[in-house]
Amino acid sequence: MSELLLPPEHRYAKIIKEKLNEDGSELSILNLGPTHPATHGIFQNILLMDGERILDAEPTVGYIHRAFEKIAENRPFYQITPLTDRLNYCSSPINNMGWWMTLEKLLGVEVPKRAQYLRVIVMELARITDHIICNSILGVDTGAYTGFLYVFQFREKVYEIYEEICGARLTTNMGRIGGFERDWSPEAFRKLDVFLEEFPAAWKEFENLFERNRIFIDRTVNVGPISAEKAVSYGFTGPNLRAAGVDYDVRVAQPYSSYEDFEFSVPVGQSGDTYDRFCVRNAEVWESLSIIRQALAKMPEGNEFHADVPDYYLPPKEDVYTNMESLIYHFKIVMGEIPVPVAEIYHAVEGGNGELGFYLVTDGSRTPYRLHFRRPCFIYYQAYPEMIKGAMLSDAIVILSSLNVIAGELDA
Amino acid sequence: MALDTTQIQDKLTETFGSAVFQYQQEKDIFSFEVNADKITAVILFLKNDETTRFNFLTDLCAIHYPENEADRQFAVVYHLHNWYENIRIKIKVYINGETPEIKTVSSIFLSANWMERETYDFYGINFIGHPQLKRILNMDEMVSFPMRKEFPMEDGGRTDKDDRFFGRTIDNC
Repeated sequence: MSELLLPPEHRYAKIIKEKLNEDGSELSILNLGPTHPATHGIFQNILLMDGERILDAEPTVGYIHRAFEKIAENRPFYQITPLTDRLNYCSSPINNMGWWMTLEKLLGVEVPKRAQYLRVIVMELARITDHIICNSILGVDTGAYTGFLYVFQFREKVYEIYEEICGARLTTNMGRIGGFERDWSPEAFRKLDVFLEEFPAAWKEFENLFERNRIFIDRTVNVGPISAEKAVSYGFTGPNLRAAGVDYDVRVAQPYSSYEDFEFSVPVGQSGDTYDRFCVRNAEVWESLSIIRQALAKMPEGNEFHADVPDYYLPPKEDVYTNMESLIYHFKIVMGEIPVPVAEIYHAVEGGNGELGFYLVTDGSRTPYRLHFRRPCFIYYQAYPEMIKGAMLSDAIVILSSLNVIAGELDA
Repeated sequence: MALDTTQIQDKLTETFGSAVFQYQQEKDIFSFEVNADKITAVILFLKNDETTRFNFLTDLCAIHYPENEADRQFAVVYHLHNWYENIRIKIKVYINGETPEIKTVSSIFLSANWMERETYDFYGINFIGHPQLKRILNMDEMVSFPMRKEFPMEDGGRTDKDDRFFGRTIDNC
């Protein structure tokens, strides 16, 4: 049977044959994915199974590879933002902001404090939605659908806030070099206040639903553990690394966008298992809420939402339609005629999944000479086969779920 | 005492002499070049030395410079991070364009395994000693290495996006 699934020269086919000769029992091959409800995206795992136990695994990625880096080499900087949206689409504002900050570092643009605080609020909202999706779907993968339905409505509420800020919901394309496209409306702040008021109680209930649930604990504790040393060597960052007990967080290590102004702790786990990953994300949501509240409380007076850099900042649309100067600036910026220094830049932000880095090489032309995305998902998905070896098939599902692998970021 | 860039430079000069050169501070990252044959030794040293302690390989990728001389047509770029002192460095290694090959660092950092596969997939750089150097994002049957500059994304005959039409060349920036 297994020979029908894999060509005879595949190493698993060979193993199956040898094993059959030894004791008469037959191992089997299972294709987990590419399109399977539990793979959270389009990627495949070829599993070598002994009954329900996984002996070995071979991951295959690249099913939605869209050549972002190649496309980026052919586009002016403003046209690259939509590419960053589609990396980790569960928290696209973080990707957007990371990209703008990379350009601001390149161009030496100083962003006003108020715009930085607004960015912090958006990035933390994005982190919350990212964790809502990851943890609630982990619940679904263990058979608990209620929690998912219960907290998912709050992702909707965050998307409504995005809508007020920029008009888009999922692929937000939010921001400009130097700040935002427009100031936040009073309605955006009102929706944010409602969210801050209603969400904590729901999240508390969500935590209660899982964290002391016997079935959930049985399914996740000591499932897919990874040691701190291994996690560092595999290049883990973000909640997956912190669950293993390492308190590395880009927001603390190299603060950007005024993160140094806020007080927050970095939750860490101990054993690096699925349960710890779940709990670390839960705890991070509370920290994000605290950061948002602090940012609102400390928000500088005024309405500065962008830096005064006419060479890089796209003029408002109403000016473009009525003012010749603005039209010319708009044209020059969109066509990529803004002066760009020759440089090599690396900038990292703490994405929903971990360190999201942009390595940008410019040669003075209107497009990047080279742009490399350091995608956290891609980096740590290679540890997945090792994490599921020896586990049951049902464990492989929850381990994958707790790693929060997003196909868009994995393949880029 | 906090680690500073002169210490890193002194250590490397002391141990590897002229094989490590072109030290410079690029914005917030200390950068230097390393001769291709010494890269594994340098990275191993930077990781294990009790002063430098670069414990984390942040990123690994390549760049194609077709205009360069034959020996410097590809660059492999390593970003390392010392989490104890919170210092990042960037290492650039230029390699030959005819036979692009360099030793793997996947035995030093497990994370390098897939990053090197990705770099091979896009640029055709052979990482000597890599345990499983095969394509990762593109399909196995593919024969070209698409991120090389000789594969333009659009029709080469198109001139509407030529920089000269916007009054700018590499020389006047």
